[in-house]
Amino acid sequence: MAEIVLDHITKRYADGTVAVDDFDVRIADHEFVILVGPSGCGKSTTLNMIAGLEDITEGELRVDGRRMNEKAPRDRDMAMVFQSYALYPHMTVRENIAFPLKLAKMGREETQERVERAAGLLDLAPYLDRKPAALSGGQRQRVAMGRAIVRDPKAFLMDEPLSNLDAKLRVQMRTSISRLQKSLGTTTVYVTHDQTEAMTLGDRIVIMRAGLIQQIGPPQELYDHPRNLFVAGFIGSPSMNVVPARLEEGLLRTPIGDIPLRGRLGRAAEGPDVPRDVIAGIRPESFEDASLVHDAEEGGTFTGTVDLLESMGPEKLAYFTLDTGAVRSEHLSEAGGEEAGEECRLVAQLDPKSGARRGQPVRLWYDTQAVHLFHPKTGENLTER
Amino acid sequence: MNGAASGRASASRGASRAKGRALTEGQRAERRLGLWLCAPAAIIMVVVTGWPIVYSVLLSLQRYDLRFPEDKAWIGLSNYATVLSSEVWWNAFWVTLLITVVSVAIELVLGMLLAFAMYRAIVGRGLIRTVVLIPYGIVTVAAAYGWKYAWTPGTGWLAGLLPGGSAPLTERGPAIAIIILAEVWKTTPFMALLLMAGLAVVPEELLRAASVDGASLWQRFTRVTLPLMKPAILVALLFRTLDAFRIFDNIYVLTNGSQGTGSVSISAYHNLIGGLNLGIGSTMSVLILVTVAIIAVVFILGFGTAAPGSER
Amino acid sequence: MEAGRRSVSGWTVANVVVVLYAMVPVLWIASLSFKDPSTFTDGSFIPRKWTLGNYAGIFTNADFVRGLVNSIGIGLISTFVAIVFGTMAAYAVARLTFPGKRLLIGVSLLIAMFPQISLVSPLFQIERALGLFNTWAGLILPYITFALPLTIYTLSAFFREIPWELEKAAKMDGATPFQAFWQVIVPLAAPGMVTTAILAFIFCWNDFLFAISLTSSDAARTAPATISFFTGSTQFEDPTGSISAAAVVITIPIVIFVLFFQRRIVAGLTSGAVKG
Ligand SMILES: Nc1ncnc2c1ncn2[C@@H]1O[C@H](COP(=O)(O)OP(=O)(O)OP(=O)(O)O)[C@@H](O)[C@H]1O
Ligand SMILES: [Mg+2]
Repeated sequence: MAEIVLDHITKRYADGTVAVDDFDVRIADHEFVILVGPSGCGKSTTLNMIAGLEDITEGELRVDGRRMNEKAPRDRDMAMVFQSYALYPHMTVRENIAFPLKLAKMGREETQERVERAAGLLDLAPYLDRKPAALSGGQRQRVAMGRAIVRDPKAFLMDEPLSNLDAKLRVQMRTSISRLQKSLGTTTVYVTHDQTEAMTLGDRIVIMRAGLIQQIGPPQELYDHPRNLFVAGFIGSPSMNVVPARLEEGLLRTPIGDIPLRGRLGRAAEGPDVPRDVIAGIRPESFEDASLVHDAEEGGTFTGTVDLLESMGPEKLAYFTLDTGAVRSEHLSEAGGEEAGEECRLVAQLDPKSGARRGQPVRLWYDTQAVHLFHPKTGENLTER
Repeated sequence: MNGAASGRASASRGASRAKGRALTEGQRAERRLGLWLCAPAAIIMVVVTGWPIVYSVLLSLQRYDLRFPEDKAWIGLSNYATVLSSEVWWNAFWVTLLITVVSVAIELVLGMLLAFAMYRAIVGRGLIRTVVLIPYGIVTVAAAYGWKYAWTPGTGWLAGLLPGGSAPLTERGPAIAIIILAEVWKTTPFMALLLMAGLAVVPEELLRAASVDGASLWQRFTRVTLPLMKPAILVALLFRTLDAFRIFDNIYVLTNGSQGTGSVSISAYHNLIGGLNLGIGSTMSVLILVTVAIIAVVFILGFGTAAPGSER
Repeated sequence: MEAGRRSVSGWTVANVVVVLYAMVPVLWIASLSFKDPSTFTDGSFIPRKWTLGNYAGIFTNADFVRGLVNSIGIGLISTFVAIVFGTMAAYAVARLTFPGKRLLIGVSLLIAMFPQISLVSPLFQIERALGLFNTWAGLILPYITFALPLTIYTLSAFFREIPWELEKAAKMDGATPFQAFWQVIVPLAAPGMVTTAILAFIFCWNDFLFAISLTSSDAARTAPATISFFTGSTQFEDPTGSISAAAVVITIPIVIFVLFFQRRIVAGLTSGAVKG
């Protein structure tokens, strides 16, 4: 168990690529931290630097206060689970799990005992004498986990450990990883590009983009208070709606109606260097079918024709096209929201009791206090500064 | 504790980044390890070929006959003049070229058929792949004696098929034909294996798609398979051409170069080991090396053959 | 159904043709080796009078036995050294970045294409000066040199197929670089190393040019060279029987390799050639 400190760490590859830039995080003992971000943002590089598989160009890595930069991977006492599982094909499951113990020159009996315990924990007991080639994807994944937990390392490092599994198995394994980590209490750094995994697993999430940390915080905080447009677009599914908006005297003019500048919106509008043209963001969850909302609740309304209606069971997703140009921002395209077309699209998540029909107009209510305002150039969230 | 917002950090350290291509400790260790691991192989290869090549060039510039060591003298390029104006050399050169071109051409066709058989056979694929390796693996000299006796009048089962009294190995044309036969027999399997590797890179779906589009078997071969196999074919041709050009063992056993059937390697050998004329022998060696280099360059530059090992 | 049966019989014919192609010349020399000397000149493909005398003859011939010993010894040593050095270099080529890597690949490519005859005259001189002429070492050195490009290509193709992550995983599991190499990479590359060793051995076993040029007596003369000297040495005796028996004997190891390692030899020859 350990506290891991990444002190202003930078990684520059031999070809000059800066893959990680000034990464500065303190990971507490027992903590489960998720590194998340789009492909190529430097997640694996960061993890490999913690593991010792990549050199640290600048900055310092400390584990329990001791500098680790120059230590070889085997002296760092961390275990890693790879996306491809990296099971040794010439060894049986038992030998795979026992390999770290064998290298540590652990006695035969204790090895045996530990392997059995790890196998029991992961339901691998029936497969101990098989070779990896004779296992299913989920079983292989568990063997990889077994190899990591068997020697009780200071930390688990996992690089997209679930991305080779099918959707259902992924959800299953997600829960069992979470449970395992809680019961072992081992500090864990987990890389994923899947925001659902990030939201459900982590104590804290580190969102990265192009080598830079965008925001760090517990999942709910990132959801409620995204620091910038990129984070807002990345966290949440379906993604936050963004529409062009204009600040006028006491009013925010948007394609879904004028919103009075009160409360946090008012404070945001009064901040320094706020341009007149901004981007307004509102989550699909902040909409509701107006007929199901009591008039007393404060908010705006907007009427539109439903392009498409998806019934998800516990909710309905209604899609609309607004008659303004789409918001274009590099901050968004990278966040992996659906590829914006020419038109401005809007998604609303409605109660299943809603009477919305495809091709029919519907009146929507939305929570005006849930609207975020973003700076169109820097992407900064004006409502959160 | 909290991370930096976007962009802020990068500007301040731009200066240190500009100068920074310096190697990290890990990269330096990797370089060192790489060099150490390669050193033994590299040293052996360079010492055993590098110095002899230089030495061979030096020898070619001298009059140096081991039977008359006291006549040893630097004579500039006159060995080259001697060799290049010698009818024996040019005869050997054209014979080598003829054997090379004809045998490689036959091997390409036969090898392609064989490659198809090995790749597509629905019955006995293992059998074909196994027996085909026997000509590849067999000691050339052993096989050459087989061919020699087969064509020796009286002894041979093949000679017996010819009109009475003919001794093919003592006539120039038939002897060269037999040399080519022995060479083709021995090396077609190798060609076929290289071509089979090329066949394996042709995606099955592509062939299916072509046949759905109405391409005949022949069209599928010429329009889909051949173009995709081109790199493999060129590499195979390059290897076999260079290999055929240095033909020695078969000729040594079958005719030992008599009746004008000697290759350049045979000529050089006779001058060196038989004649002990180091000057002339080395001159021939250098000329052969130059010819081989020209062939390689033509293949690589002219036909765009990917030099093996230049991957990615 | 009908078409299927027709293509099966078509392939059977093709198989027969290929087997005849490959085996007839080999069977011919085997047949010759079993013929009684009195029937050498009957021109028959199948011996009319069988004998083992030819084999008895060559195994009592000290020169040939010595040649076999030389061939085996020189072949094994050259193969071993080439595999050890070749494995090291191939691993570096496949996995590491270091200056001079392309140069190494280029040099080995040149050597693979190199006409051996061009080395014969200088090596003849140099080895005589160094006392290596007509010794095992005098043949082992050029054999290693010419086997190395083959080993480097074939093995680096094999190494490249081993996922890099396995090595990283081993490091994370606490292995030193050497342990990672020895306990994870080598076991996985072992089939490739066996293949490469066979190919290298076949190359050394086959060589004739160096064997006749760099030796002068049975101190180092290998079997193929010894066979070629059967001819001139005994004027009054017909060497046909001994030569064919000896040819069969030196072919046997190859046949054994081929029968046992067919798959691997094919994989080795093709992987090195295409990807290498
Ligand atoms: N060895 C290398 N040399 C140069 N650049 C590299 C190297 N390895 C990675 N990079 C670059 O560094 C950046 C970060 O790579 P990294 O593998 O950390 O991304 P990632 O966030 O893990 O992406 P993914 O989700 O696709 O795995 C990428 O732009 C990548 O191209
Ligand atoms: Mg990655």
